[in-house]
Amino acid sequence: MARAVTQQRKIINTVLAWGVGLLIFFPILWTILTSFKTEAQAISDPPVFLFFDWTLENYAVVQERSDYMRYLWNSVIIAGGSTVLGIIVAVPAAWSMAFVPSTRTKDILLWMLSTKMLPAVGVLYPIYLIFIKLGLLDSRTGLVIVLMLMNLPIIVWMLYTYFREIPGEILEAARMDGATLKEEILYVLTPMAVPGIASTLLLNFILAWNEAFWTLNLTAAKAAPLTAFIASYSSPEGLFYAKLSAASTMAIAPILILGWFSQKQLVSGLTFGAVK
Amino acid sequence: MATQHSRSAARLMMAPAVVLLLGWMLVPLIMTLYFSFKKYLPLRGGDLGWVGFDNYVRFVTSSAFWPSVLATLAIVGGVLVITVVFGVLLAILLNQPMWGQGIVRILVIAPFFVMPTVSALVWKNMFMDPVNGLFAHLWKFFGAQPVEWLSQASLQSIVMIVSWQWLPFATLILLTAIQSLDSEQLEAAEMDGASPLKRFAYITLPHLSRAITVVVLIQTIFLLAIFAEIFVTTQGSFGTRTLTYLIYQRVLESQNVGLGSAGGVYAIILANIVAIFLMRIVGKNLDA
Repeated sequence: MARAVTQQRKIINTVLAWGVGLLIFFPILWTILTSFKTEAQAISDPPVFLFFDWTLENYAVVQERSDYMRYLWNSVIIAGGSTVLGIIVAVPAAWSMAFVPSTRTKDILLWMLSTKMLPAVGVLYPIYLIFIKLGLLDSRTGLVIVLMLMNLPIIVWMLYTYFREIPGEILEAARMDGATLKEEILYVLTPMAVPGIASTLLLNFILAWNEAFWTLNLTAAKAAPLTAFIASYSSPEGLFYAKLSAASTMAIAPILILGWFSQKQLVSGLTFGAVK
Repeated sequence: MATQHSRSAARLMMAPAVVLLLGWMLVPLIMTLYFSFKKYLPLRGGDLGWVGFDNYVRFVTSSAFWPSVLATLAIVGGVLVITVVFGVLLAILLNQPMWGQGIVRILVIAPFFVMPTVSALVWKNMFMDPVNGLFAHLWKFFGAQPVEWLSQASLQSIVMIVSWQWLPFATLILLTAIQSLDSEQLEAAEMDGASPLKRFAYITLPHLSRAITVVVLIQTIFLLAIFAEIFVTTQGSFGTRTLTYLIYQRVLESQNVGLGSAGGVYAIILANIVAIFLMRIVGKNLDA
């Protein structure tokens, strides 16, 4: 009897959860579907869902007309560069916090996290001015630096939590065997920390890829990444739904796939460990 | 255990990150403070001298200020209520036994990975367009007059778009928290005859209280700063000009840097008030 009830409940749960899940996912699904339609089918009344003539034409047109690859490349460079640079700066800092903690470690860590809370708009003009003075406006270098600084607190935090789980005895043993600090980090710590560094890399790449304040305000034509590329579809090209969808699909597809792998890190990375 | 040598090495290794972040925080902050006390119009005369607290007074007394505060409160409050309420319900649902749990989880989380400009534009054109949008088709199907979402119900539309983006975040965090709930506690309560509603109110909800606080604090910080969603939909018109957007317009569009900087200082103070509470929770967890 009890078993039957659970089985019944499981069916209800499944139907309900799938229903809600598909409803939430629907805008993404709809965008992907529309990207394979012709413009006429995209706005047809009533809307068509699956039974239309699938075409890849929109993708070809978007690439041809707007040079999609250039924006994609900018996104890759900006998101990848800022993340890698951030990790290079953060690894030594996180290492020393995790293995040589002092009484001030906690304060420094909290202070670092608090810089993340500074509203970007509050410092928009100073950054803008500095960028003009240094010739960084509309350059990939400038955005790499800004996004690196923006995500540095999260990178330090994530690496710190991963490093802290590595037992200190292993490092001591290496030290006993005469390993220098450099060797210790390079040959002992790094291999053990690879999974942690990889997930830090992943989450921060996603955050940088989707960043849409600095990328919109500090770029024009040359260094604009995909966020700005899509924003340029605001009008009047945005009324061509099929092409808008194709451009959108191309902008989000890589991150959707990466995102599936980063679910676990998302919680600890974005809540600074406040929820475990 | 840690030798003097390794301690100074540790300090040295921390230096790049600390110096960079210190610079990133202080240099723009000092510049913003500096500009906020000046009449500074880069395109109309440049630096026109010190004006004391004039910009601060003018920012809060301008006719655009209170509407922007109200728009900000409506958007932040609306999104928080929607994401927390539905987040709790979804987390409970996703925690039940079912088939294909992993796939449902992915479906629910996906919107969080969509870049803000894409979600704003897709919602604006493909769903909320009064002629060709999916909602218009749906309304017509039921014989109703299509709504011009982004002009007639602009705030609600923005709240909806942003809630869609942040619901996954709230759900995921609340789900993580709910999974740490001792199921024996719930079973014991069930045996003692507690109704599902009572079990939710007296066991699940108190257990989630800290996770909810964290969701509220983190989302508040990010929601105060939303920009792209307004930039590509209404550009701040139809009552959707938030504090962030107002400052952006003052600084970059009308190039009134002094006034915008004073607004920026207000925004920084506001964000810091929220941040203090968040940091307290994070700090407590660091000790544990």
